[in-house]
Amino acid sequence: MRAHRSHQAYWAFVGHRVSGIALAAFLPLHFLTLALVLKGTAALDSFLVLAEMPLFKIAEWGLVVLLAVHFFFGLRLLFLELHPWKRAGDSRLYWIVPSLFAAFLVGAVFVAGVV
Amino acid sequence: MDAVSPKSLSVRIWRGKDDGRFETYEVPARDNQTVLDVVTEVQRRHEPALAYRFACRVGVCGSCAMTVNGVPRWTCRTHVAKVAEAGEITIEPLRNMPRIKDLACDMAGFFDKWQKAGGRFTGTRNRAEPPAAVDPASRKRVAVDAAIECINCAVCYSACDVVSWNEEYLGPAALNRAWTLVNDERHALRRTTLDLAMEQGGCGNCHTQGSCMRHCPVGISPTESIAGLKRMSLLSFLVRDHAAADALAKTEEPA
Ligand code: SF4
Ligand code: SF4
Ligand code: FES
Repeated sequence: MRAHRSHQAYWAFVGHRVSGIALAAFLPLHFLTLALVLKGTAALDSFLVLAEMPLFKIAEWGLVVLLAVHFFFGLRLLFLELHPWKRAGDSRLYWIVPSLFAAFLVGAVFVAGVV
Repeated sequence: MDAVSPKSLSVRIWRGKDDGRFETYEVPARDNQTVLDVVTEVQRRHEPALAYRFACRVGVCGSCAMTVNGVPRWTCRTHVAKVAEAGEITIEPLRNMPRIKDLACDMAGFFDKWQKAGGRFTGTRNRAEPPAAVDPASRKRVAVDAAIECINCAVCYSACDVVSWNEEYLGPAALNRAWTLVNDERHALRRTTLDLAMEQGGCGNCHTQGSCMRHCPVGISPTESIAGLKRMSLLSFLVRDHAAADALAKTEEPA
């Protein structure tokens, strides 16, 4: 990381970008598996058995966390851009760490629901 | 050898253009020494051909910016004590602009973008008329309190990754300038400035990375100014031309 980038707002940008790209990459796979139903329920069912494997559950957890990260960082951006700043430097940097916590909280709730 | 100083600084300075190299110079460490002092000392005592820029030496003119240990800074107001790492500093030209020689880079493209962003002021009155009175407490004036203090140093432009990624991007300083003008009651072409600031390469390209506000030496937040432009551009899009243009035109009439 070059020195001029080592600050929170830049990390928030990286987090938002990486989660966004990962989610975008996931979507076609998601549709692909859903489309299995077109080949009949057997095809989908055989996939759903696969989806019960622990590895899949971990991946699902990752997906939930990514979604939550993207959601909360996105909220910060929307707020920054649509709501006039109250004072100079009101860049909601202090939202960044709580956003991450919130995302992992959502992940924890997911884990609690699955286990 | 310099026998006077018990302590010395090891200064790596970029020499040449793109295919240059770092040269290391030993300079005595002094109290209250700025990075610009160090560069000047190197030029006076070691390397008369060293190219760099400065003028005011007190943080007003914006000509002395360089990359110091990887971070863009105004060198005349940067104390060595604050940035030296184990008695070493590395000084390079700013990023995102073509290098000319040593520490000087070509800022023409940077300033061209100020024009592209609609940054030229066009008055509503002639010299026979009394000057327009701007209420310092008015909403529009308060919105640019910080932004008008820009010293055109290009530190933000050098810090912004979107500028490195997208040649067309106007960059934080030019857009910050546009923001001051769209809020300036005396500026006749506010709508034009907004249109130019919204065009390809304009405010919509900013990814809110915040490196500009992080490094601006005078504490301006171009991120905030650009957010303001984004809001205005959204409004002007939703309200679609007539109403918005008229509303603007109305406030443009001399009071
Ligand atoms: S906030 Fe926008 S203009 Fe400023 S450094 Fe980030 S991307 Fe560049
Ligand atoms: S906004 Fe700040 S960093 Fe950018 S040119 Fe102006 S004074 Fe320099
Ligand atoms: S020399 Fe003028 S701002 Fe540094």
